[in-house]
Amino acid sequence: GSSRGSAMDLFGDLRRMNKRQLYYQVLNFAMIVSSALMIWKGLIVVTGSESPIVVVLSGSMEPAFHRGDLLFLTNFHDDPIRAGEIVVFKVEGRDIPIVHRVIKVHEKGNGNIKFLTKGDNNEVDDRGLYKEGQNWLEKKDVVGRARGFLPYVGMVTIIMNDYPKFKYALLAVMGAYVLLKRES
Amino acid sequence: LRKNLEDFTGPRERSDLGFVTFDITADILDGKSDLQSIFDWNVKQLFLYLSAEYSTKNNALNQVVLWDKVMLRGDNPKLFLKDMKSKYFFFDDGNGLKGNRNVTLTLSWNVVPNAGILPLVTGSGHVSVPFPDTYETTKSY
Repeated sequence: GSSRGSAMDLFGDLRRMNKRQLYYQVLNFAMIVSSALMIWKGLIVVTGSESPIVVVLSGSMEPAFHRGDLLFLTNFHDDPIRAGEIVVFKVEGRDIPIVHRVIKVHEKGNGNIKFLTKGDNNEVDDRGLYKEGQNWLEKKDVVGRARGFLPYVGMVTIIMNDYPKFKYALLAVMGAYVLLKRES
Repeated sequence: LRKNLEDFTGPRERSDLGFVTFDITADILDGKSDLQSIFDWNVKQLFLYLSAEYSTKNNALNQVVLWDKVMLRGDNPKLFLKDMKSKYFFFDDGNGLKGNRNVTLTLSWNVVPNAGILPLVTGSGHVSVPFPDTYETTKSY
């Protein structure tokens, strides 16, 4: 049978691969991972945002954004926060970034800004989402301003989050591919 | 784009609350400066909003969104809204609306593409709303 034959071939390959080749493949893999991390860090520096790419998790900004859409953020210090802008913020003490629109801004002469947000698709503003007793957001709560967007692409991370088995399967396949791939 | 309006303020605890009614007209002037021309192949929708901007003793800059609307590609791009009440409460952070002569209303929109950049555009034409010096206690809204 051909399928049983190729499984035997695979094990044969693994045994025949000597230590040097294995180290080479592992280093190759490590280099790919490092490059990806460097690109991500570079994006963080260039955009000024701790999380320059985020996935939309809820339908509170429909019909503009849907769950699974990808947003590209910047967070330049000198960019003022203005009504109408789409901001991604985190409530103090929570990890989940929220993507909503600024509907009220009050800025003092010294640059101190406090603002209120609301999801386009929500009836009420976000005061219910903020911390107990907190009525406004401040610059420090902002992860970034949404500057660009790609639909659907972020669905992969949502699926991996909701179905961990899928994530492990994907990692296993990727690991196997990298380790067994032959350079000709 | 033209807006007309009337307004008065009412006392609400410690912050001024402004009441504004307005008309919004976006029509074809020369075939180029209307909303239809913004809808190209990559525009999914426009998020339109009317915001009031003003200064007070308390705050150098205040912006409050009074009204918004989603306009999908394919919707009627002409806006002829009359006597609209503000969708959201126009609360000031303090008492800066009373006697404020310099409240400006502007219509802006967020262009949402099928994919790509998300620009915010401010319409040309804005209107000044002077608020009276006294609080109104009898008018209903």
